[in-house]
Amino acid sequence: MEMDTPAGRNALDAAARGWVGKPLDRVDGRPKVTGRAIYAYETMQGPATAYGYVVEASIGKGSIVSIDAQAAERAPGVVLVLTHLNAPAQGQGNHHEAHPVLTGPEVAYYGQPVAFVVAETFEEARAAAYLVRVRYDRAPGRYALRANLDRARAPRVASADSAVGDFDAGYAASPVRLDEIYTTPLQSHAMMEPHATLASWDGDQLTLHTSNQMLNQGRQAVARTLQVPVEKVRLVSPYIGGGFGAKLWVNADAILAAIAARQLSRPVKTALTRQQVFHVTTHRSDTIQRIRLGADQEGRLQAIGHDSYSGNLPSEPTFEAAAMQTRTLYAGANRLTRHRVAPLDIPVASSMRAPGEAVGLLALEIAMDELAEKLDLDPIELRLRNEPREDPERHVPYSSRHLVACLQEGSRRFGWAARSPRPGQVRDGRQLVGMGVAAATRGNPLELSRASVRLGPDGVATVRMAMTDIGTGTYTILTQIAADMLGLSPDHVRMEIGDTAFPQASGSGGSFGAASSGSALFDACDRLRAKLAAAAGVDPGAARFADGRLEAGGQSRALVDLVGASGVEADGEIRPGETLKAFSQQSYGAHFAEVGVDVDTGEVRLRRMLGVFTAGRILNAKTARSQAIGGMVFGIGAALEEGLTLDPRFGFYVNHDLAEYHVPVHADVPEIDAIFLPELDDAANPLKSKGIGELGICGAGAALANAIYNACGARIRDYPITLDKLLGALPTQS
Amino acid sequence: MKAFTYERAASIAQAASASAVPGARIIAGGTNLLDLMKLQVETPTRLIDINRLALDVIEDTPEGGLRIGATVRNSDLAADPRVRRRYGVLSRALLAGASAQLRNKATTGGNLLQRTRCYYFYDVTKPCNKRSPGSGCAAMEGFNRIHAVLGASSQCIATNPSDMAVAFRVLDANVETAGADGRSRSIPIAEFHRLPGATPSVETDLRAGEMITAVTLPPPPPGVQIYRKVRDRASYAFALVSVAAVVDTSGGRIRSARFAFGGLAPKPWRIGTSEEVLANAAASASSFNAAANIVLRGARGYGGNDFKIPLARRTLSAVLAQATRA
Repeated sequence: MEMDTPAGRNALDAAARGWVGKPLDRVDGRPKVTGRAIYAYETMQGPATAYGYVVEASIGKGSIVSIDAQAAERAPGVVLVLTHLNAPAQGQGNHHEAHPVLTGPEVAYYGQPVAFVVAETFEEARAAAYLVRVRYDRAPGRYALRANLDRARAPRVASADSAVGDFDAGYAASPVRLDEIYTTPLQSHAMMEPHATLASWDGDQLTLHTSNQMLNQGRQAVARTLQVPVEKVRLVSPYIGGGFGAKLWVNADAILAAIAARQLSRPVKTALTRQQVFHVTTHRSDTIQRIRLGADQEGRLQAIGHDSYSGNLPSEPTFEAAAMQTRTLYAGANRLTRHRVAPLDIPVASSMRAPGEAVGLLALEIAMDELAEKLDLDPIELRLRNEPREDPERHVPYSSRHLVACLQEGSRRFGWAARSPRPGQVRDGRQLVGMGVAAATRGNPLELSRASVRLGPDGVATVRMAMTDIGTGTYTILTQIAADMLGLSPDHVRMEIGDTAFPQASGSGGSFGAASSGSALFDACDRLRAKLAAAAGVDPGAARFADGRLEAGGQSRALVDLVGASGVEADGEIRPGETLKAFSQQSYGAHFAEVGVDVDTGEVRLRRMLGVFTAGRILNAKTARSQAIGGMVFGIGAALEEGLTLDPRFGFYVNHDLAEYHVPVHADVPEIDAIFLPELDDAANPLKSKGIGELGICGAGAALANAIYNACGARIRDYPITLDKLLGALPTQS
Repeated sequence: MKAFTYERAASIAQAASASAVPGARIIAGGTNLLDLMKLQVETPTRLIDINRLALDVIEDTPEGGLRIGATVRNSDLAADPRVRRRYGVLSRALLAGASAQLRNKATTGGNLLQRTRCYYFYDVTKPCNKRSPGSGCAAMEGFNRIHAVLGASSQCIATNPSDMAVAFRVLDANVETAGADGRSRSIPIAEFHRLPGATPSVETDLRAGEMITAVTLPPPPPGVQIYRKVRDRASYAFALVSVAAVVDTSGGRIRSARFAFGGLAPKPWRIGTSEEVLANAAASASSFNAAANIVLRGARGYGGNDFKIPLARRTLSAVLAQATRA
């Protein structure tokens, strides 16, 4: 089906048992905690398997003068040392299209693979990797965004800029104005499972057991890189230990393993070490954002301007789209957003959880807090006064939007009324205590997806699609959808995903996974219902599916009696359509944070946090809440801890391990809660759901930043807000 | 990681003499050594395991102190009732370090010998005088947020990352060793760690073939014991600044105070003259400041760690205020 018109009342609304929405435990939970869920690196292919280890470039820019691999080749267990001197020619393309490796002597970024050592064991490969001697001719590199702003240019896409009305005139005429610069640092995904691949060839057929979020795109990229037909490539990825965008695209592990496996005619397995992940794979660019807001005396925005700078390799088309949400979040007649990207000699900058919004809202939602203070308005009230009636740039209606309800419900539950509007007024022991609020919004995309569902004579429905579950709960929500649509209990639904041998699916990314794969499955089930109704000789529209039976017109038939000896199968499909153009589609929320700032040391600790969200139909109350809380924890990290530190002498990230790249630990996360207000969005997709995988991070960090200001009066516009930035604002000790 | 041989020591004497051979390293918990071996920052050819030498015992000493065996795990030491009751600063320092899993594995002797967390030290493609003498110091003009403001040299500005050692310093612990020659000695904790000077690769007073067998604590000094660790997240982070303090007060006046800093220097940092100005002084901001002035005399930042100097002053004041509050 194509999403051209709003869904209307459908089979899911009428589902008899209502599995969708229930807090069903993860169906993949037991295999995961009992070790029966096999991840890429755990996949066994027999004793012939060899192990590869990446050698990274230790310069940021320049070229390889010579590689001496002799010592490595003679080392115990070594069977192959791949370098640009013996690697095959490969297809080219940007990071989304291909991932050629070892293509020549040029070094474009620090950590670029310059050799791949394959041995009988991982330990032998790693030891030999240290014996590879690479001589470089260093070239001056451009690494730091701030030092290269003068070279920033507009990205090569039409959507980079937007303008409505006359920003300059509207801003100049505004009696209350704000003009500030906000910065966010380089960030790394820091998912639990590093990138890993097991590659094996059977003749000209390549199978990659790999940790990848979007298998169909990955398959295309592998085929293009290795210059083989796409149908000769199979990606298998049933379980993925987190991704957050780091595994959206094919990475060096997959291509290096595939090339080595072909040359050796044996399976090759590789995993990046934790330290390697930081340079060999992608990261989120740092940003420098200028926000200008002009308002009238009542706080109604007259002008909204958002300029965002990020950096990337010159060969890459992507940029951090930090100003995108500013186009839709608040009303205002005069608007200007611009993105610029500086060409830098750094590892590939790409998507990380909520690309754009995550860092854009870190800036915009501090700016709104600052504007509220200038206006002597409560920051919630300021947002209520700028609630738009329609999308202010596209001039189309919102498919559904309940930001106001989120703010108001959150305010009530959190006890916002007790907040002191003046900073530095509340003490609890040695802590200065403050509260902050921020809005959350994230676009709601829909991607092409297909699914097949087959009801067997045993009464079990088997669903197949090349969908992935990166720890989000996809297995579970798809099980719930199939159970409701077919009138089965969840234990009569078998999910087979994570394999390109199955129908094409969106994969997991951009908050589109559940809606896209779930809608394809909805469509497949709807078609299977029609086949079953036909087999029973009844009108599908009148048929009711429950408890493994079909009921219509007074007759009740067991489904197993309708499928024959071989079962009945149906295929389904969802395509994005006109509703994406006719409506402005976002999910929304409001974050409330209370922090304590140590009056002596400036240490910031979160005391409590609440997120109130609306995201259409919630498919599973438990996994949705986990997603939201996980995003909020990401926001805590963005506000207080996370940041890669670039050393511009070398072009590398100094803190490339989890000891020094700080993400929140349990002790950083006290009582936090997330709730979803009821909503259905029938323009979004037939499930009437919206994306939730990234909503929780959006705005979360800004709520902490605003709470820090409220606690101690220090307005920090440079993330992360570490204690050294607060020391000067702390009271004199007595 | 380079190939190495592994053997279990049968006795202290045998472990000590085996460790005298170039390329040999003693392994206990391995929480730091194994990481360093994977990165080839350390490349031992021979590992001597001392975990089965029955050095995991905590005993009372005749003087009223404690003798802590070299392989007593950090978790066990922190949880020992005698330590909790009489050496609270040690228990708290241990629990402020690392993570529960690491503390379960890490040992008393190993903790004293852990290497710095300097980012450049961990990356063999970067200059580091500590790892590769004469190659230079990448931290001095690089990213040095966690580096030293006291006791550094023109060769090295790395800090010692231990929390436990800071508590040992304020408790006047002694490190007992056994040598390959069969002799044992007792090294005051103040002299155990060395300043980098011109030889930052030499970090302790231990000689070749000398191994730690125990740490002894004298009877606890009188007063309130506090360990305050300031860090970038609530757990599992090394100290930006930490203070171990034992402060004895009476009626708003300080009888005696001792305190040592972590996170500021290549070794736990304790200055006797700064404690002397507090003896018999009123518990006041001005006396706290006077003590801080003495400790921080000559402190020097390298850009990224400048904040440690005011932070150390504020943390010391906070600890002394807490200790002297009625």
